[in-house]
Amino acid sequence: MNEAQEVRTETLMLNVGPHHPSTHGVLRVLVELEGEVVRNLTPDLGFLHRGVEKLAESKTYHQFLPITDRLDYMAASYNNFAYCLAVERLLDLEVPPRAQYIRVLIGELNRIFSHLFWLGTHAHDLGAITPIFYTLREREEIMNLFEMACGGRLTQTYFRIGGVALDLPEGFEDRVRAFLRDFPRRVDEYETLLTSNPIWMKRMVGVGVLSKEDAIALGASGPMARASGLAWDIRKTEPYSSYDHFDFDVPVFEDGDVYSRYLVRIEEMRQSARIIGQVLDRLPEGPVLAEEPRWVIPPKEKTLHQIESLIHHFLLVEEGFHPPEGEVYVAVESPRGELGFYIVSDGGPRPYRLKIRPPAFVNLESLATMSRGRLLADLIAILSSIDIVLAEIDR
Amino acid sequence: MTDWGAVLLVAIKGFLALGAIMTIIAYMTLMERKVLAFIQVRKGPNRVGPWGLLQPLADGIKLLFKEEISVSGADRILYLMAPVIVTVCALLPFAVVPFGKGIVGGKFLGVPLDQWALGQGVLADINTGVLFIFAISSLGVYGVVLAGWASNSKYPLLGANRAAAQMISYELALGLSVVGVLLLSGTLSLVGIVEDQDRIWKWNCFRQPLGFLLFLIAGSAEICRTPFDFIECENELVAGYQTEYSSMKFGLFYLAEYGHLLLLSTLVTTFFLGGWQGPVLPPIVWFSGKVFAMLFFFMWVRGTYPRLRYDLLMQLGWKVILPAALFNIMITALVLTLIY
Repeated sequence: MNEAQEVRTETLMLNVGPHHPSTHGVLRVLVELEGEVVRNLTPDLGFLHRGVEKLAESKTYHQFLPITDRLDYMAASYNNFAYCLAVERLLDLEVPPRAQYIRVLIGELNRIFSHLFWLGTHAHDLGAITPIFYTLREREEIMNLFEMACGGRLTQTYFRIGGVALDLPEGFEDRVRAFLRDFPRRVDEYETLLTSNPIWMKRMVGVGVLSKEDAIALGASGPMARASGLAWDIRKTEPYSSYDHFDFDVPVFEDGDVYSRYLVRIEEMRQSARIIGQVLDRLPEGPVLAEEPRWVIPPKEKTLHQIESLIHHFLLVEEGFHPPEGEVYVAVESPRGELGFYIVSDGGPRPYRLKIRPPAFVNLESLATMSRGRLLADLIAILSSIDIVLAEIDR
Repeated sequence: MTDWGAVLLVAIKGFLALGAIMTIIAYMTLMERKVLAFIQVRKGPNRVGPWGLLQPLADGIKLLFKEEISVSGADRILYLMAPVIVTVCALLPFAVVPFGKGIVGGKFLGVPLDQWALGQGVLADINTGVLFIFAISSLGVYGVVLAGWASNSKYPLLGANRAAAQMISYELALGLSVVGVLLLSGTLSLVGIVEDQDRIWKWNCFRQPLGFLLFLIAGSAEICRTPFDFIECENELVAGYQTEYSSMKFGLFYLAEYGHLLLLSTLVTTFFLGGWQGPVLPPIVWFSGKVFAMLFFFMWVRGTYPRLRYDLLMQLGWKVILPAALFNIMITALVLTLIY
């Protein structure tokens, strides 16, 4: 700011945000404009900082779980997913197969949920006011499914260390199947409205190009990386939670522009639906929570009928468990990219240090690279194509 | 004495027309919300009155009672003047738009009805009607530019920049796309243009299909409707030139925006769809029917299309619409010369 005032250049410093309609939360981007051309920009973060990583140091491992939902609230269970996997690796805890499958099911529903909302808001940012109502209609049904499974709609907290909180309720499967029957047709509908619309393409094709090299150098992941021609999906490269049991494709596009990111996400929604179908077909029977009293909170009925379980429950809640010393990093493919949890344990009941690698935060790094020399309108399209969630970026 | 009687009658007629236009504009907001709701699988306004029919009234009252906020450092006079200019320029052109058939001959209160367009379904049948409309709507740009400049704020400034460029560019294309119609009817009077289209096959949308298309596109751009709504452009410029306006000043901009939409619909009807001409039903019914069909069309477009980018719009205007309009004029002139 000061420099610009001293030099008296003729560029215009424009504050986009923190309460701008298209910053999807409280992001502030300081844009240097020459006419309408973006010369440079600086994202200013931290308006939503809640100190989540520091909070983790004063909470037991079980207590911290619901807070992870509040990171990326557009795919809340995926944060649970990453966190639970990290803690389970620290404890070397095996999750029962049924729980693994349910996690995949909920995780992929979350992916569709997140991409639907992205599609709606992205279209809205480009001036198409209608698609968001269609995508919200489908998202509503997914919310209903979440509510049916665990009671939560947006922040579900369905996962637990060692499995999931409850088994799937009766009738859930049929409802998911009904959703899956409808869903591909609905995606076709969005595509009819948007994909080959000349205005839509003019706004997106060739806009905000991120080359493969830049994508790697800037640490982009998820749909951002895959739109830049980087065939990298953690579900394929390092399968977790039985992802290797399912047959799905990872869409990759070479152009690296906003349009490719759109196509990647559309295709990912279809692939997620495919995975969910397979999960339902092969869902194994069995427990949904590991039988490991040292670490896993026992189900409520057990605590009411067995004294040992009651004692375990009491200890786990009052004191927490003592994991082995060590450190662990586990990454998953969240809808936005590589979501990683790095946990350092000193053997105490609380993490010594917990570091989150939020995909949207790292992806946001490439905003300036993609936007320099483009128009203000393109900046909005590019920003929206990154699919940022500020709660995750600011933590 | 007869003159004073005529003045009084014209004043009453103008007052009635203005009242009708304002009411229609108010209910257009409701119509737009209902149409969009229909497109977007939701219900739309349905709380205030049956079917939301009192919604425009509620909105108006709300706007009147809103706190008036003005920006520090704003140029006070220009800041207040801008919405007035915009509104006046949006309403004035209606004076020359014919909405019904004239009553030929006869007297009322001792005033001959063929004097001062009293017996006609138009406020003023001036023989340069088309030029009048373009002149007034060009003046409207001043309001927008002044609003952006006087607000002393960056987003309105950007919006005003865009508005000036966009409206001036498309003014040209809009004017040229009507020239074909003017050549065919041989008059600049809107009444004359309507009277020229007295059979359905003589409606200019059939005789001038290219001109019709160009007029629709250029018109949408001129009044800044989706897909060309850059000057407000919620997602980029917050609300464009209106950003710093509140209360009824904002209301006036809003009124002008819908006034423009209504004007464009009436102009499309007049120039290309035969105005009030049509079989069986009375002229006013035909006229309103066509106007509302056009309104629905513009709302439908808004519900369907994304927004184009600003520089692409300018390219479209200068590189596609303008040459096409010139081409259209040449072809029309050529055909007319060959036939007559």
